[in-house]
Amino acid sequence: MKNIRNFCIIAHIDHGKSTLADRLLEHTKTISERDMQAQVLDDMDLEREKGITIKSHAIQINYHFKGEEYILNLIDTPGHVDFSYEVSRALAACEGALLLVDASQGIQAQTISNLYLAIDNNLEIIPVINKIDMDGAMIPEVTDQIVDLIGCKPEEILLASGKSGIGIEEILETIVQRIPAPKGNADEPLQALIFDSVFNSFRGIIVYYKILNGIIKKGDRIKFIATAAEYEAQEVGVLKLSMTPKTEVKAGDVGYVITGIKNAKEIKVGDTITVAGSNTEAIKGFEEVKPMVFAGIFPVNTDEFEELRDCMEKLQLNDASLTFELETSQALGFGFRCGFLGLLHMEIIQERLEREFNQTVITTVPNVSFNAYTTRGEKLLVNNPAEMPEATKLDRIEEPYIKAQIITQSDYIGNIMTLCLGKRGILINQSYITTTRVELIFEMPLTEIVFDFYDKLKSQTRGYASFDYHPIGYRDADIVRMDILLNGDKVDALGSLIHRSRAQDFGRKLCEKLKELLTRQQFQIAIQAAIGAKVIARENISAMRKDVTAKCYGGDISRKRKLLEKQKEGKKRMRQIGNVEVPQEAFLAVLKLD
Amino acid sequence: MAGIYIHIPFCKKACHYCNFHFSTTKHLMPQMLNAINKEIILRKNELAETVDTVYFGGGTPSLLSIKDLQLITNNLKEHYLINNNAELTLEANPDDITKEKLIGWKNCGINRLSIGIQSFNEEELVWMNRAHNATQAINNLQLALQYFNNISIDLIYGTPLLTNKQWLQNIQTVAALNIPHISCYALTVEEGTALNKMILQGKKQNTNADKQAQHFEMLMQWAFENNYEHYEISNFAKHGFKSKHNSSYWQGKNYVGIGPSAHSYNGTQRKWNIANNALYIKNVEQAIVLFEEETLTATQQLNEFLMIALRTNEGICFTDKRWKIINDNFKKEILSTAKKWQSTNHLLISEKNIYLTNKGKFLADGIAADLFQLS
Repeated sequence: MKNIRNFCIIAHIDHGKSTLADRLLEHTKTISERDMQAQVLDDMDLEREKGITIKSHAIQINYHFKGEEYILNLIDTPGHVDFSYEVSRALAACEGALLLVDASQGIQAQTISNLYLAIDNNLEIIPVINKIDMDGAMIPEVTDQIVDLIGCKPEEILLASGKSGIGIEEILETIVQRIPAPKGNADEPLQALIFDSVFNSFRGIIVYYKILNGIIKKGDRIKFIATAAEYEAQEVGVLKLSMTPKTEVKAGDVGYVITGIKNAKEIKVGDTITVAGSNTEAIKGFEEVKPMVFAGIFPVNTDEFEELRDCMEKLQLNDASLTFELETSQALGFGFRCGFLGLLHMEIIQERLEREFNQTVITTVPNVSFNAYTTRGEKLLVNNPAEMPEATKLDRIEEPYIKAQIITQSDYIGNIMTLCLGKRGILINQSYITTTRVELIFEMPLTEIVFDFYDKLKSQTRGYASFDYHPIGYRDADIVRMDILLNGDKVDALGSLIHRSRAQDFGRKLCEKLKELLTRQQFQIAIQAAIGAKVIARENISAMRKDVTAKCYGGDISRKRKLLEKQKEGKKRMRQIGNVEVPQEAFLAVLKLD
Repeated sequence: MAGIYIHIPFCKKACHYCNFHFSTTKHLMPQMLNAINKEIILRKNELAETVDTVYFGGGTPSLLSIKDLQLITNNLKEHYLINNNAELTLEANPDDITKEKLIGWKNCGINRLSIGIQSFNEEELVWMNRAHNATQAINNLQLALQYFNNISIDLIYGTPLLTNKQWLQNIQTVAALNIPHISCYALTVEEGTALNKMILQGKKQNTNADKQAQHFEMLMQWAFENNYEHYEISNFAKHGFKSKHNSSYWQGKNYVGIGPSAHSYNGTQRKWNIANNALYIKNVEQAIVLFEEETLTATQQLNEFLMIALRTNEGICFTDKRWKIINDNFKKEILSTAKKWQSTNHLLISEKNIYLTNKGKFLADGIAADLFQLS
């Protein structure tokens, strides 16, 4: 065990984590150059494109140092706020972390929050400045930032370039020298921390764990403490570039187990594996991951519902954080109310449905989960505008709050203040990391960042801001349900739960947008936004009085037929609300309001 | 039963709204006429039937000298079976009309004129960038009436300048002069035209759909009061004066189009010559006619039939052979969609046809699209 080192890499998106990981694998010959596909750790197409690691993985590196063989387990962590719980469990499986900071970008919000998670887990931190050979590298400034942040000595900071391979050997040596070997006892009962799982269509769920104590052997009957489910360990092994089966994996090491479980929901990240029948305690820190953002997902054509259901189920097999239940919409037919960890997660699910399952879907206005207290004293969890009780039956509503951490250049403080205060944020703290870099802490309603916060933040700071958040509980809120009506008929798919102070403005913009997107029909269309019976915004689309084209002679017929055929195709894809035909873009455009 | 269309791609001036194929420089005219005469011969085997209508369009065919026109008509007679009482129409601009030309046209066998009056209003003619003025419009029209009884004129409505009162004056003039046929077009702002550009630049006012609808309403009322048959969305005729040539398009008859950009149709295929004068000439000189073509699927043929027939007062006729070949499922769907439009008074379904009501004529495109079948 003394020759095992378990570590992870903490880095902001684009700070070069995947490239550095590639170099470590290459340098130690864990992977031959021939097999090297840039950024091997991200094996979903989507991950490689978005440059973020969605599902964490682990890989074992064999390293020869001063006459001894070491096993270095690199545990890869997801890099986005939506997945912070998964990050915390991956960190809990490590004894040390490389803190990777881009030499030209400096420390970002995400780096800090993950660093704090690592410090909470008592990890040894090895600071590394990456991309030192880039134009615009500011090594002294970034050195100062790191020294300020973790209180290390400047000379303890390693300099590297994943791209050109500078400093790789030094990083490996430092990992061996500074990160402690795992502590644990192979003779004690089995206690293994699940930090991830993946779905394999041939083998079922593959569970990744780190063993704190004990041994896991092939053929053992094992138990998952949180679910109390027991299974046979059909195969155990360690994670080289591919899975390498072993007869056993011992305390301190990182490995995998296959039990034949087919559904990701049965495996909870953070849960503890032990042997069947034992009453070993669970490792601390387990939480059920709760979805934060909810939205409806509907098939584009109503008759494709069954197909979509099938795809959602398959998707859930390898993404247990996705939750969904049946939802019926008058406008969109059968679909699902889905829960996501955050907006990015929602986007990823949508894209995976399109790419991996070839499903084009309509996503409705996302909302957070509210607590509604009725006058009869009931407490309801409301994930869907349609579930919100009538105003007369409502006592009060609570909404989730977050602590938002933003790091930016001091030039943009004003813009960020305006943005966050405008989104009902409360400034909690403002501190200078360096003379030009500021950390701002706000408490904000989560619902305010669900919409367009990221885009606004980016444009208000020309991209020079990083953002991270954590939920901090529920608070009372003046939330109303805003309905959209077309000629008096409610469009359930366009309903939203919104703070009263926002309703008027949002309603007006939504009506304007719909006016753009709906085509004229042979009668007038009234577009209204309403809270209860009170109309707060209205637009009219006047009736189409004449659509007939003037000329239809020998040379006009073909063009005209094609035009009308296209029109007919478009109509076929429209949804009927009362007597109004609504194009699909109308449902999607709501997500893209200014 | 077939038709021939000859496209003469030259104009004196570019009307701001026009998107037809034409050139305002006439230096290629001699070569063009040679090429057209050559294409007439090259394609003589495409039409086995007798030709009942010949139509000279453009561009401005009234620019042709009588000698050149004679060459073309003789050429046609030599290589095609032109019916003795065929309809021979020539599009003419008012400013080209003289006594000599009128006599010359008659001698070439032209028996119908389609005159591009567009408006009797001076201001409007300037706005459109027409080559003629209001005086020429009325005087030369009256002159033409002395030589031809079968005359059609074009009028444009729904331009930003045209008031309801002026529009009424325009159509009342037609009735007063007892012109037997008129084609009335709502001004359409086509992409790529000077008008479109000027509207985008804010130099000209755009059209107004409600005003166009009003003018169309007035037009239908006028036609009813003055005994003009509203036999196609944009066409009105006194008894016996419907355009045979244009009607043949709507009846799905075969036609051959000669000249650059001209379209041809043989019942299943449609082709259109290249819309480039120089390339057209160069290739025809080497006995090659450059064209693009499409073969219509059964569904496309059906859709075209619905779209065109609906625009005529014959409507979608159950005795039409184009209806008879439709499969029963499609027929059922079409009829059920038609019933929906009947319930809102846009369509009427009789024993023998489906046709537009006056209310339906405003929305003929949307209704046609609704009746379409998708392949």
